Amino acid sequence: MSGAPARSVDAIDRRLILATQSGLPLVARPYQQLAEQVGIAPQEVMARLARMLDSGVIRRIGAVPNHYAIGYTANGMSVWDVPDERIDELGARIGALDFVTHCYHRPRKLPEWPYNLFAMVHGTSRAEVQAKVAEIAALLGAACRAYDVLFSTSILKKTGLRIAG
Amino acid sequence: MPEAASIDAVDRAIIDSLQGGFPLCERPYAEVAGPLGISEDQLLERLQAMLDARVLTRFGPMFQVERMGGAFVLAAMRVPEADWQRVLEVVNAFPQVAHNYRRESDRNCDFNMWFVLATETADGIAAAVRSIEEASGLPVFPFPKLQEYFVEMKLAVRT
Repeated sequence: MSGAPARSVDAIDRRLILATQSGLPLVARPYQQLAEQVGIAPQEVMARLARMLDSGVIRRIGAVPNHYAIGYTANGMSVWDVPDERIDELGARIGALDFVTHCYHRPRKLPEWPYNLFAMVHGTSRAEVQAKVAEIAALLGAACRAYDVLFSTSILKKTGLRIAG
Repeated sequence: MPEAASIDAVDRAIIDSLQGGFPLCERPYAEVAGPLGISEDQLLERLQAMLDARVLTRFGPMFQVERMGGAFVLAAMRVPEADWQRVLEVVNAFPQVAHNYRRESDRNCDFNMWFVLATETADGIAAAVRSIEEASGLPVFPFPKLQEYFVEMKLAVRT
């Protein structure tokens, strides 16, 4: 069942996604419950989930902690204006730092938004995040033309992907 | 800022052990519970309690919408304070808005609402952006990723 190409989600996979997008059933035999919901055998539920894990349709099956609740009460999105011709080299270095959880090259929106490198920094306090951001600034040196740190002050919505039924 | 929730050592061990690799077998919770030294029922109860308390936002498969032909795009808005509640309700009402965070900076950056749009088709993003702009009367700035340098949660529980 492995090696399926990406995007090969058939109608039954789609029903499985619909049945699990709000979460895996919290019962002793969750795949059996899903099998009954979707109308296939439990073995096929497991095989299809395994195939979607292989193809990357499912990144992982696991728990998503609320960062605040596990102690990371400060989360700063640091944003940097660095030269486009060096962004891949600099992005790789910033992304490799152990306190950076996400690092992306994104487009500038001039004139309102000059930043093209985004690095998410988590910490237990704003001061800790600011100290880590200072480490990034030092690493970038003169390549950093401007930066800012946007702290999240509240989660306004967090539902994850919802596909229509 | 919100306070960290009170969770105990067993909860922490559960979260750490459920970061990925959840077993595909008849009784997966029993398999996970064993090495943690708790029963299957205790694991199920604690998972439910952590979801109820919002220590966990979710437990289950994490789908990558891009691999299904869809798209996942960060977007931001500059929302005037006086208009905040109205715009928040407008934006959150869209099912394509998967996460939404309020953000502020010491430099008074006015991009204060940041959300992720998740759509089943790649062209659904542009349509969602247009719809949110029409419904809110404010511009939406999409920030699609051009390159990803690292994406993996690598945080250990700190409480």
